[in-house]
Amino acid sequence: MSIPTKNTNGYLNMELLRFSTAGSVDDGKSTLIGRLLYDSKSIFEDQLQAVKDASKRLGGSEEVNLALLTDGLRAEREQGITIDVAYRYFATPKRKFIIADTPGHIEYTRNMVTGASTADVAIILIDARNGIIEQSKRHSYIASLLQIPNVVVAVNKMDLVDFSEDVFNKIKREYEEIAQILKLKNVVFIPISARDGDNVVVASNKNTWYKGETLLHLLETLPVRKDENNLPARLPVQFIVRPHSDNFHDYRGYAGRISGGTFRVGDEVTVLPSKTQSKIIAIDEGTKSLKEAYTPQSVTIRLEDNVDVSRGDLIVKTSEPQPTVSANVSLLICWLNHRPLNEGGKYIIRHATEETRAIIKVVHFKVNINTLENIIDDKTVKMNDIAHISIKTLKPLKYDSYSENRVTGSLVLIDENTFETVGAGMIVHDLEDDSFAI
Amino acid sequence: MYLFLILYPNYGINITPEWYCEGFWIAVILQHINPNNQNMIINRLTHLKELESESIYILREVAAQFEKPVLLFSGGKDSIVMAYLTYKAFYPAAIPFPFVHIDTGHNFEETITYRDDLVKLLGAQLVVGLVEESIAQGRAVEEKGFSASRNKLQTVTLLDTLEKYKFDAALGGARRDEEKARAKERFFSHRDEFGQWDPKNQRPELWNIFNGKKQIGEHFRVFPISNWTEMDVWQYILQENIPLPSLYYTHEREVFERDGIIYAALPEMPRRESETIEVKRVRCRTIGDITCTGLTLSSANTLEDIIDEIASSRITERGGRSDDKRSEAAMEDRKKAGYF
Repeated sequence: MSIPTKNTNGYLNMELLRFSTAGSVDDGKSTLIGRLLYDSKSIFEDQLQAVKDASKRLGGSEEVNLALLTDGLRAEREQGITIDVAYRYFATPKRKFIIADTPGHIEYTRNMVTGASTADVAIILIDARNGIIEQSKRHSYIASLLQIPNVVVAVNKMDLVDFSEDVFNKIKREYEEIAQILKLKNVVFIPISARDGDNVVVASNKNTWYKGETLLHLLETLPVRKDENNLPARLPVQFIVRPHSDNFHDYRGYAGRISGGTFRVGDEVTVLPSKTQSKIIAIDEGTKSLKEAYTPQSVTIRLEDNVDVSRGDLIVKTSEPQPTVSANVSLLICWLNHRPLNEGGKYIIRHATEETRAIIKVVHFKVNINTLENIIDDKTVKMNDIAHISIKTLKPLKYDSYSENRVTGSLVLIDENTFETVGAGMIVHDLEDDSFAI
Repeated sequence: MYLFLILYPNYGINITPEWYCEGFWIAVILQHINPNNQNMIINRLTHLKELESESIYILREVAAQFEKPVLLFSGGKDSIVMAYLTYKAFYPAAIPFPFVHIDTGHNFEETITYRDDLVKLLGAQLVVGLVEESIAQGRAVEEKGFSASRNKLQTVTLLDTLEKYKFDAALGGARRDEEKARAKERFFSHRDEFGQWDPKNQRPELWNIFNGKKQIGEHFRVFPISNWTEMDVWQYILQENIPLPSLYYTHEREVFERDGIIYAALPEMPRRESETIEVKRVRCRTIGDITCTGLTLSSANTLEDIIDEIASSRITERGGRSDDKRSEAAMEDRKKAGYF
């Protein structure tokens, strides 16, 4: 299970998978992560010793509390809770994993949204004894809102229900109904015991009825982001590279990270919002020149004509579906700040590499994420609320919907006075079409 | 060509079982169905390419969002990788910000030589902040005793240097896998006007959108290689063929042992009488200054050797760092005060 050693090439060719974990207090999330790290031999002896010492001191227990491996801050260890998103890393011979471990308390919805925003897979933990609770629905709603491509429902603490197939199937049936309402795609169920390690890394010998994969095997084999190179090509311009040196006197390159699709030398492109057309004459990556580049490569593109391009512009392929260029944007937002959002409020907007200002035109409705009902009589959007709003921006944005493209379809709202990031927005064209669950 | 591969799967190339899996065959089949359909691409970046791309994206964001950024250079492998990533991010233009080295005065000689050579090679500018100057000015007080270290004192010099030159973003090579308090760090980490970190009040960081807006007097710490692990760093150094200070490779050295950690026997490191000098074959797994860098018994001579050694190691790289062992929350406390 450890990283291949002599076979250096094997390691150099690994893929990256990002997943988030969400669960309520006490359903064993930190223990599960501790188990994944421990059983995949990603925990080192000095870390384990530190955890053993801390387990003894905090709980007087001889048993190693794997949760302590992930609770990093002093207050977290003292209170036995997770306050902030923690990132963890481990690797197997097949993949390198980045875990966004998000706290499950109601007041930390914003952390869950943060952790989910970059995830390829969401693991939702359910305590086998309690079944699906309000918080499980909340976590699932967020997975749906952020459109995480794969959901793994890990039914934990199976050891405490004698690995009952009936208990597992009942939870599965109930969850499948929710998944349908939430339009969740690719949902997989696994019965596990994080504490004892059953079906996490090693198959359980206690539940003979379960014929599926272990959690780790699933994470190693789930197909991820297969489609992103087939999206319409997008390059948000980040930085203009102008060396002004003797060797590169006329060099003018547009640096950015490809955020969808593929660019090739020779492609006809359009620069937005100006709609200027040109052709790619070179794609540079460091000191190398490439024939083509794809998502999510950071490159520098040079164009045939000496066109006016600046940070915040978007380069797209002329032959492909174009993004919307408009100052009127319809959004689903998750509010992240204790100061509520109001109709008429003004904010700084950061969208891809563009920065502008916006006014909140309308709060259409808030979503009660426990009942999935729309609230139309209360338009004050408070921390952790989800709402559908319309904004008008100072400069037009060049956008796709969030379901089409996670980069050109997302933005954040920034408070004009405190500069805090106060809202996370997902752009919607049409609520009916956009596979959002509202 | 494909038929050839099917008939002679092991011919010439070492085809691992992964080659038979889904992705490869989908690619083959798609090419056959419609060889002209150039839009169907299922290339995936390797994890190292993806990490590199993420880091370069962040470096460019810093150059675009801040007026006076700076790269904190320690001479360790992480900041060396940062220096090379920065070079790549802006090539063929010059690196658009200087490197800052906070020099405790207790550095290995090799670190300083390497630093000066690298700066020349990459065409970067170097600013040095001296801890000794902070001590002379009475801004920092030297610790006493055998475990005295200037590690904590660096924070004073660092904050003073940032203020002196009005740097508004300091790029660091810290990784989230290094230490549990660092696991909660943002890429763009906001610092108040006292340079302090408030872990409970961090800005949410969503998707790849980074908010570097700040009030006058505040600054940011930015960590472009947050998502890299120790192994990723070494593999990247191998892949990119990056030269390293000789301290990272095995060498014979006079050393002594304290609390299970091997230290270099150099004048900067006072010894108790009971601590006897021995000559051993060692190397550095991390490089800090002499007083806090534990050495590893090792015969690793090449990058491949080092990677093998790390893959089979059962101790974290910071296991040899005495600065982390002062208390369970040693790193959290130092970070709150404005440490790297």
